[in-house]
Amino acid sequence: MLALPLTACDWVVMNPSGDVAVQQRDLILISTALMLLIVVPVMALIVWFAWRYRSASEAAEKEYDPDWDHSTKLELLIWSAPLLIIIALGALTWVSTHKLDPYRPLDRIDAQTPIDPKVKPLVIQVVALDWKWLFIYPELGIATVNEMAVPTNVPVRFDITASTVMNSFYVPELAGMIYAMPGMKTQLHAVANQPVASTGISANYSGAGFSHMRFAYKALDRAGFEAWAAGVKASGASLSRDVYLKLAKPSEKAPVAYFARSDPKLFDTIVNLCPKPGQRCMSELMHIDRMGGAGKESAHDIGGLQYDMPDSHVIEQSDENKGQETAPDAGHAASGPADHSSHSGADAHAQHR
Amino acid sequence: MTGTLTTTQMILGRLNWDAFPLHEPIVVATFAAVVLGGIAMIAALSYFRLWGYLWKEWFTSVDHKKIGIMYMVLGLVMFLRGFADAIMMRIQQAWAFNGSEGYLNAHHYDQIFTAHGVIMIFFVAMPFITGLMNYIVPLQIGARDVSFPFLNNFSFWMTAGGAVLVMMSLFVGEFAQTGWLAYPPLSGIDYSPATGVDYYIWALQVAGVGTTLSGINLIATIVKMRAPGMSLMKMPVFTWTSLCANVLIVASFPILTATLVLLSLDRYVGTNFFTNDFGGNPMMYVNLIWIWGHPEVYILILPLFGVFSEVTSTFSGKRLFGYTSMVYATCTIMVLSYLVWLHHFFTMGSGASVNSFFGITTMIISIPTGAKLFNWLFTMYRGKIRFELPMMWTVAFMLTFTIGGMTGVLLAVPPADFVLHNSLFLIAHFHNVIIGGVLFGLFAAINYWWPKAFGFKLNVFWGKVSFWCWNIGFWLAFGPLYVLGLMGVTRRLRVLDDPTLHPWFIVAAIGAAVIACGIGAMLIQFAVSIWKREEYKELSGDPWDGRTLEWATSSPPPDYNFAFTPVVYDGDTWTDMKKHGYQRPLSGYQPIHMPSNTGAGIILAGLATVCGFALIWYIWWLAGLSFVGIVGVAIGHTFNYKRDFYIPQDVVTRTEEERTRILASAGV
Repeated sequence: MLALPLTACDWVVMNPSGDVAVQQRDLILISTALMLLIVVPVMALIVWFAWRYRSASEAAEKEYDPDWDHSTKLELLIWSAPLLIIIALGALTWVSTHKLDPYRPLDRIDAQTPIDPKVKPLVIQVVALDWKWLFIYPELGIATVNEMAVPTNVPVRFDITASTVMNSFYVPELAGMIYAMPGMKTQLHAVANQPVASTGISANYSGAGFSHMRFAYKALDRAGFEAWAAGVKASGASLSRDVYLKLAKPSEKAPVAYFARSDPKLFDTIVNLCPKPGQRCMSELMHIDRMGGAGKESAHDIGGLQYDMPDSHVIEQSDENKGQETAPDAGHAASGPADHSSHSGADAHAQHR
Repeated sequence: MTGTLTTTQMILGRLNWDAFPLHEPIVVATFAAVVLGGIAMIAALSYFRLWGYLWKEWFTSVDHKKIGIMYMVLGLVMFLRGFADAIMMRIQQAWAFNGSEGYLNAHHYDQIFTAHGVIMIFFVAMPFITGLMNYIVPLQIGARDVSFPFLNNFSFWMTAGGAVLVMMSLFVGEFAQTGWLAYPPLSGIDYSPATGVDYYIWALQVAGVGTTLSGINLIATIVKMRAPGMSLMKMPVFTWTSLCANVLIVASFPILTATLVLLSLDRYVGTNFFTNDFGGNPMMYVNLIWIWGHPEVYILILPLFGVFSEVTSTFSGKRLFGYTSMVYATCTIMVLSYLVWLHHFFTMGSGASVNSFFGITTMIISIPTGAKLFNWLFTMYRGKIRFELPMMWTVAFMLTFTIGGMTGVLLAVPPADFVLHNSLFLIAHFHNVIIGGVLFGLFAAINYWWPKAFGFKLNVFWGKVSFWCWNIGFWLAFGPLYVLGLMGVTRRLRVLDDPTLHPWFIVAAIGAAVIACGIGAMLIQFAVSIWKREEYKELSGDPWDGRTLEWATSSPPPDYNFAFTPVVYDGDTWTDMKKHGYQRPLSGYQPIHMPSNTGAGIILAGLATVCGFALIWYIWWLAGLSFVGIVGVAIGHTFNYKRDFYIPQDVVTRTEEERTRILASAGV
């Protein structure tokens, strides 16, 4: 068998390259150390007592006291020792949870570099589709499938949603995860600190194609990121609503695709469950409700409110056969597919280190 | 469901030949084996003319001891199924590397991990602990049976009915492909249109009735039927933890039932509680299911905490250290378990204050739990510890569970959970506490109380083989999962592509194989012990120098448990009685009032299972008919006036004199 990689250096959660993930890693280490303060002595005592007081041992014969069952001092100790640890850990939890709240804009690039509060983060809109990831860069007007690049040392805000069922958006190199849910928008703030090529995944089971629901994650320096964005622009393809609807159909192992242009309203319509022409948007509906409702005469309009569709979670046979069909305009995807096939590994990861 | 129905659809609903997975060779082979095994068993039972015996003495029995044993058998059978699922997953994940798809397609694999979770929690752990409580609690409190003996029989058969539905899904239709908690919208009708989720819903609903009723039954039993003198603070700790677990059952299972009702309304009549559209909210389901789900894990572990207390105290030959703080710790855990559910989904987007609140409440639970661990520790201190099998399992538990508890508290820190949520680290954590806590506790309990239930001890050699295989196998199987979690690997993956992960999965698969040896050794242990039962015979009724009342009666106990209701003066009642030179009364027996057996429980549960099956397959006429049948039989049963009888005085006298003879021959 292969030699086990015993060094923690290969464990991405223990050695990430984004500042948020680094802080989360530190928290794991500090909490563990705090708990070991009590866990190690307890485990040692268990073994020691079990050995020392085994029947027929000298200690068991000499010290045996069948009615000894209470000691106020000991009881105080056994309740207060864990309590003290938990007070420390609880305080740490309160502070760190607020500091690392995914919704909270970042205040530092890394431990040494604070962020100028006037700097606006780069926004990336993330959509979990069946079973691939769509990334829209509204400020750049571009979009990609199954490949996400971020510039290093620039704060990034992810706006996250899903098309059909729950997923979880997770780039272990970058930051902790947050659920991607249909009809809802979640947020995550993060920053990449070193150039790296790695993988992002869905961390919440979402159906048959879930295993392959991974994307290439690239942290690039400024020049590299600009070159990458230019490459996406060069693809010439456009992500209109129609193209999105075709893209959103279930497919597995979708190749990387680039879109030079993206419908600026697309993400909002996805969150509001109305990407299809004729569908009523939730925001619109909420507005109508707030104005007192639409009354009986709107009953005929109910078709436009339906979003979940029967068999919408099944890969159509025809799509499967044609392969590329599921990712429209994927032909333009420059060097996309080749790139995708090599994103998997720690090999790519190692190269960039 | 739209359009006109054909006659076949009227009669069979959506059941047709496609429902039988003939294209899945693994399932077909399993099915063939089950059919052959089933035929062999039926033939054997018929050949030895055992049907009447089984029906009269077991299936219709209202004796809490027999029902307890039936629960344990159900748990064991389902455990083998659940473990088969586990092995299949381990093989798939060790196989599907380097471009290989493994040997299971998504449709099959996704059913397996769902079934593994559902079966292990609902049809293994729950029957095991319910069986244990059923058997031991009435004996420990000096009662003759539970408060509602018929209800007890009915509860068991409802649990078994749920198990039957899950097993049926293997061969007729499919099981859910949603994960064991069936989060919508994935479990909604649009994203899971087939029968899988319906099997899930109705299996849990049928079994849930049984669980809830047995919870009510045991609470009533503990509150109302304790022997004279046994105040609450003189109850054995196992009875205390059982009481708390059953309070949790009664308070939390209705939430599960209601949640599943809402899900089934979404699926059957087109409501929109948890759908994406029309204002449905899937997050509500996630909250509701975990408001049941978190207390559920304490339902599982609390009775085993009781077992460890009994075992530690008995085998250390000492009173339990800090009985009072143990009781308060248990009650604290019981209450706190309702205040932590959100820690299962910190990553769903709650605000920082909400997340911290639930994180901190979760950590607070570790304080009473830690206190318990210290109590066991100081029970060993200045004891004379006999390392019999139950004590070995207890020490193994203390070491394993401490690690599992630590990783649990770690996961309760929300920002840490953000990187570990749903990862294999999480999987390793909860297997660490469920195997290290619940299963090790059950193995301790089985080795401890087997002589009470059957009158002979279990073989020690095979018990030790099983012990070491389990302990080594556990760490081989789940140690790598901790590491893989830290390497960013999430759960429920069918295919993996990073070759650096491969060795860890191979080790995990080897670990599962070692655990399989542990299970095999345990089965051999049972077989050898039954084979050599004369050799291992235990005549005194008190093989371990026990401390609580169940050891005061014979092994196995007579139908009526105690010829005379004992009077309690001390927490460790039996130790106290022995110390004060208790003499068994040898005369003055009275006739004993006992409940009668009835077939109503198995019939009702059978009809409920049929009703569930019909609802799964949209066979509406059958669903209606069986439901009417359930109501009819239930009403009919209220007119059954032959509910009780007296064990005549001479039968009691004969039984007790026989015991006197045995005790004399054993020189006790």
